[in-house]
Amino acid sequence: MLDNLLSLVVWVPIVAGVLVLATGSDRNAPLARWLSLAGALAGLVVAIPLYTGFDTATSAMQFVEKTPWIPAFNVYYHLGVDGISMPLVLLNSFTTVLVVIAGWQVIQDRVAQYMAAFLIMSGLINGAFAALDGILFYVFFEGMLIPLYLIVGVWGGPNRVYAAFKFFLYTLAGSLLMLVSFVYLYYQSGGSFDIQTWHKTTLGMTAQTLMFLAFLLAFGVKVPMWPVHTWLPDAHVEAPTGGSVVLAAITLKVGAYGFLRFMLPIVPDASHELAWLVITLSLIAVAYIGLVALVQADMKKLIAYSSIAHMGFVTLGFFLFNPLGWEGGLVQMISHGFVSAALFLCIGVMYDRLHSRQIKDYGGLVNKMPVFAAFFMLFAMANAGLPATSGFVGEFMVIMAAVKVNFWYAFVAATTLIFGAAYTLWMYKRVVFGSVTNPHVEDMSDLNAREWLLMAVLAVCVLGMGLYPKPFTDVMHVSVVDLLAHVAQSKLP
Amino acid sequence: MNLMTFAPALPEIFVLVMVSLILVIDAAVDDSKRYLAYVLSLATLAGAAFLTVRDLSTLPVLALNGLFIDDPLSDVLKLFLYLTTAVVLVYARDYLRLRGLYKGEFFVLALFALLGMMVMVSASHFLTLYLGLELLSLSLYAMVALQRDSSVATEAAMKYFVLGALASGMLLYGMSMVYGVTGSLALADIAQNLADGTDLRIPLVFGIVFVVAGLAFKLGAVPFHMWVPDVYHGAPTAMTLFIGSAPKIAAFAFVVRILGQGLESQVAEWRDMLVILAVLSMAVGNLAAIAQSNLKRMFAYSTISHMGFMLLGILAGTHNGYGSAMFYVIVYALMSLGGFGMILLLSRAGFEADRLDDFKGLNRRSPWLAFVMLLLMFSMAGIPPTVGFYAKLSVLQAVVEIGYVWLAVAAVVFSLIGAFYYLRIVKLMYFDEPHEPLPVAASPDTRLVMSANGLAVLALGILPQPLMAVCVHVVGASF
Repeated sequence: MLDNLLSLVVWVPIVAGVLVLATGSDRNAPLARWLSLAGALAGLVVAIPLYTGFDTATSAMQFVEKTPWIPAFNVYYHLGVDGISMPLVLLNSFTTVLVVIAGWQVIQDRVAQYMAAFLIMSGLINGAFAALDGILFYVFFEGMLIPLYLIVGVWGGPNRVYAAFKFFLYTLAGSLLMLVSFVYLYYQSGGSFDIQTWHKTTLGMTAQTLMFLAFLLAFGVKVPMWPVHTWLPDAHVEAPTGGSVVLAAITLKVGAYGFLRFMLPIVPDASHELAWLVITLSLIAVAYIGLVALVQADMKKLIAYSSIAHMGFVTLGFFLFNPLGWEGGLVQMISHGFVSAALFLCIGVMYDRLHSRQIKDYGGLVNKMPVFAAFFMLFAMANAGLPATSGFVGEFMVIMAAVKVNFWYAFVAATTLIFGAAYTLWMYKRVVFGSVTNPHVEDMSDLNAREWLLMAVLAVCVLGMGLYPKPFTDVMHVSVVDLLAHVAQSKLP
Repeated sequence: MNLMTFAPALPEIFVLVMVSLILVIDAAVDDSKRYLAYVLSLATLAGAAFLTVRDLSTLPVLALNGLFIDDPLSDVLKLFLYLTTAVVLVYARDYLRLRGLYKGEFFVLALFALLGMMVMVSASHFLTLYLGLELLSLSLYAMVALQRDSSVATEAAMKYFVLGALASGMLLYGMSMVYGVTGSLALADIAQNLADGTDLRIPLVFGIVFVVAGLAFKLGAVPFHMWVPDVYHGAPTAMTLFIGSAPKIAAFAFVVRILGQGLESQVAEWRDMLVILAVLSMAVGNLAAIAQSNLKRMFAYSTISHMGFMLLGILAGTHNGYGSAMFYVIVYALMSLGGFGMILLLSRAGFEADRLDDFKGLNRRSPWLAFVMLLLMFSMAGIPPTVGFYAKLSVLQAVVEIGYVWLAVAAVVFSLIGAFYYLRIVKLMYFDEPHEPLPVAASPDTRLVMSANGLAVLALGILPQPLMAVCVHVVGASF
């Protein structure tokens, strides 16, 4: 069974999704829910051996599977994970369980389709993280747009159609240019779509620069980086809670992962040459988007902008070209997965009760929902980067790495500690503290058992990672060091 | 080699005999026995498929004094022609019956058109190419005009006829120029003479320009595309379904036979022309499709852009390129069948489901059909894991191989624009509420074929290798 572990990780959720879809109309909604939970849990269970059986001493791909898929183009069904992708696969499988539980009561319309879309997307995302063949990666990378488009469009809010189109077309624009790069690499590497072969292919500076730009657009849109970030707040505001959680916790990571798997190793010279560009964009994201977040009246929009700022740290860390920056970026990715998922779930909890996401409609929540307020406090602190939470670790590592490279990078990046605290805590203050002004808030009840479970699990993750991040960094350390060594070598012919 | 043999043309002869038979039988029976023509037509297709499969050729075989060629390319394309024609007949049956068009003429004309296409894919001579094309075209003109009470359909038929005749004239003119330069009408001789070199560059290039213009007319490539939206829109949907599917496969064979086999050595001359046609078709097709509110017109413009994509494969002028274009056109026929078939499926007596709004809330009315349509739309947009993605991928790699990276970039930019209007259909089906929450009334056999059609788009997307290998193989074995 261990031979096909990654295939299981990819296909168990997809097959479960198809089964859920087969339950049909909303008459069978309870069956669809339990089946989805079983599918999501099965997906998580098969992913756990990836961690327990992982060899942290090597940067080579593990759990590799390789069979010819489209011999006409020399395309292989080639899966494998290293220390960079394995934690992301786990994060995704874990988040899927949360999403299914989060949608348990909230989604009453077309339940089977909703659950199936998430399960299928979870499998596709796992595939994107595990693919070692360019075309296979592209199929998963693009394929996940279809369920996400439907999730935003069908179950989203009033402006959902605009958001779904914007999201789809922005992402497609980037990935199509990446596809042309892949085809170009296919010929440059002598007829191979193998990603590891591409890592060794020598390329001229012009080709590298053009491909750098294509990759930057493809992955930059997904991350999203300033100035192509505008789809994210729209999609988030309109998406249902589960959609927001997956968007923030997982799909953004696919973009950042693309930098590490494709852009940096395939076009290292152009990446060094143009690092200033990415660093500038990242710093703008950190500082400027932080300010934008400050003035948001809609809680989901606020968290969406804060996601962009946090992902700015990830891209900043990657382009500092030192181990601390990379590991910091990766830790930040995982941490942001937990924290943003938790915050969107918190907003979901409030929205389910009051059907509003406007900060001004709330106030004095602590009087009615003390347990919720406590959890919300923890996640807000993590979002602000308080030490002992997971949010602190990644940001601290990246700032340390930035100091080594250029003091001013670190200076601008560190403003997030102020802005992040400002927008998160100010929102928290307005929503939770004060006296109850809105009569509807009077009727709000505290967390039910299902919500409590979700919050508790995420709280453990956030605190655990903040207090003892070693299990995460150990897994990625060797892969990061070896990949950095590879990126340091010139690939010019 | 005995050139005067008839054996390789057995499927064509069989189809011709059967058409004549159906014509006679249908004239003798009354209205209650119209299904005879339907059943006999399907039997004809099955018989022709049997004959083609029985004599699958591994090497090109010339017949009928070098007018006719039987090679792996023609065999495979003919099999796909039978398949698409059969699917058209199944989809069209209910629609025709409800509109009083369920007559022997439809089946006879469809089979005559098929015969013309079979001749086109098997032609090795300018004359046979032209004869096949005219047989196809005349049958199609008549099919469009079959609904004689409809002024829109008659107008469409008239436009189709006049512009089609103009295109045929251009093609003939170009062919005569090439004949003047090379002294032969047989494709093999033309290729041989041109490979040896000729002093008559000007007349030759002149001839190529006219040939390419004629071909572009028939394909509906911009700037020779004016007839496509009007004909697609005006014709009864069942006829549009037919025009939009099988003839594209034949047109591919036609273009590849003339440019790839006859004028192979002149690739430098016609490549630039095709580049312009392809870029314009992708641009105009995709941009104009956005503005349409009628689904048939939208598909017409989408056809134009798809033909532009197919030309990308042909203009590469390599075996790889022809193989990818062949893959593209077969996949396109499959998607086009599904798209128009869905309009037929949703139509009822006195009601055409050809406006975009008619697809509103289809997910509420029939989740399964909505899902099939979703697959078809994403496939047309070229999104994996549907087969449309591999079609786009294969033509892109063909143009990158010859160093036209900028063309690949232009192609993906236009396909991004195209994605918008396919997404809009998905939006209508899934995000909007239906006008009338009626369940879809479609007969079980059309539903079954439609499901198979949609699932084929997905299955070929997950496992594209078999079809791709066939295309690569037959092109390699036939050139």
